[in-house]
Amino acid sequence: MSGKIRVLVGKPGLDGHDRGAKVIARAYRDAGMEVIYTGLHRTPEELARMAVEEDVDVVALSILSGAHGTLIPRFVDCFRKEKGTAQLDVLVLAGGIIPEEDIPALKAAGVDEVFGPGTSTQVIVDFTRSHLKRPVA
Amino acid sequence: MTNLKTDAAYELFEGLIRGSRPHLSRAISYVENGAPGAAELLSHAYKARKGAMLTGVTGSPGVGKSTLVDGIVSELRKAGHTVGVIAVDPSSPFTGGAILGDRVRMRQGHSLDQGVFFRSLATRGHLGGLSRHTGDVVALLDAFGFDHIVIETVGAGQSEVDIMRYAHTVVVALAPGLGDDMQAIKAGILEIGDVFCVNKADLPGAERTRRDIEMMLAMREPGGWTPPVVSSVAVAGKGLEGLVGEVLRHQTYLVSSGLLRERNRGSSTAVLEEYLHLLTVGKVMESASRDGSLDAALDDLVEGKSGPMEMAERLLRRYRE
Repeated sequence: MSGKIRVLVGKPGLDGHDRGAKVIARAYRDAGMEVIYTGLHRTPEELARMAVEEDVDVVALSILSGAHGTLIPRFVDCFRKEKGTAQLDVLVLAGGIIPEEDIPALKAAGVDEVFGPGTSTQVIVDFTRSHLKRPVA
Repeated sequence: MTNLKTDAAYELFEGLIRGSRPHLSRAISYVENGAPGAAELLSHAYKARKGAMLTGVTGSPGVGKSTLVDGIVSELRKAGHTVGVIAVDPSSPFTGGAILGDRVRMRQGHSLDQGVFFRSLATRGHLGGLSRHTGDVVALLDAFGFDHIVIETVGAGQSEVDIMRYAHTVVVALAPGLGDDMQAIKAGILEIGDVFCVNKADLPGAERTRRDIEMMLAMREPGGWTPPVVSSVAVAGKGLEGLVGEVLRHQTYLVSSGLLRERNRGSSTAVLEEYLHLLTVGKVMESASRDGSLDAALDDLVEGKSGPMEMAERLLRRYRE
């Protein structure tokens, strides 16, 4: 019996475009992972709750609204609070429209990698597999 | 509370009994994946169950099961009950991956409610409309202490009827326009409803669907519980109070009639069968695949040198030796 990698694909905030999120969800599915898709317009608090309840190994947040600088660090804080540990044992990925100069701040806040438009899904899947933060149950 | 195989599993059980949600959610993963210590963790959880009421929601893809579940959770919360939700979606038969999309419909604002816990499960190749570990996850949620557990099946066809073995009350959700009175008298999913819910009741044909179901129900042998038919428009929050009222009425009936015990025996049988299957078929397949006899048997079968019954007997004999 082998454990499955579980991924939360989330849409934080107010942007209403989830084509990209669905493409990523599909790519993870085709890579044999279990993907929980959150639907649009989720708050960082909701996303953190979902990530804990679903016991995911990976959180992939898609954001095109420009609010990444606020929403993503807030998600990381909420996740730590929900989990009750300072250690971040989940791989946090961000994708969408995120300017190059914003990336260092996101990484400092706990994001492991940022994938911009045009990244091949294979690159994202491979990165995910090789950077998990904890053994799959 | 001793002799749990691993410290990690022991800690998970202690944590979930204490009411820690992260521990509960990790425990579910352990059980789903058969991680070391999962068997001991489960055996403690089964003993620590508190007797939650179990409601199953089933129906064809797209009739609105997830939206109904969202509404059912809201109504149960209004009545002061805490609720654990298990939502099952199919795994790909090709890659084993899955998209678990039932959370998309959870919009009623209990996503931050401490009285609600929601977990998505993939079928992982299991047929019948549920995950193989549904009964185990129910036990974990019950040991944690939820008053009610709601199980949403995969979009069911005609024979995904496993839910009737696990739930105290089965809600069969329907929508207008998916079939006529011929569908309504076929065997299978329509036989297992304790409560019928015609959702999307604002669409044309809803009254007809309702009549077809009522006609089917009228042909049943009289006596016992007569399944009610309720109408709802789940996205608009209409009809949910009535639906949950009927679910709770059914559960009161189960208690007062003594049938609850019978249903619990049924679900215990289902769980026991799952484990017997794992311990017998699982072990035989595993050993036959290890020593190559499975491959040889398959070759013979494909080439028409023997029949499946004969081969199965040979593998079983070999395993026993």
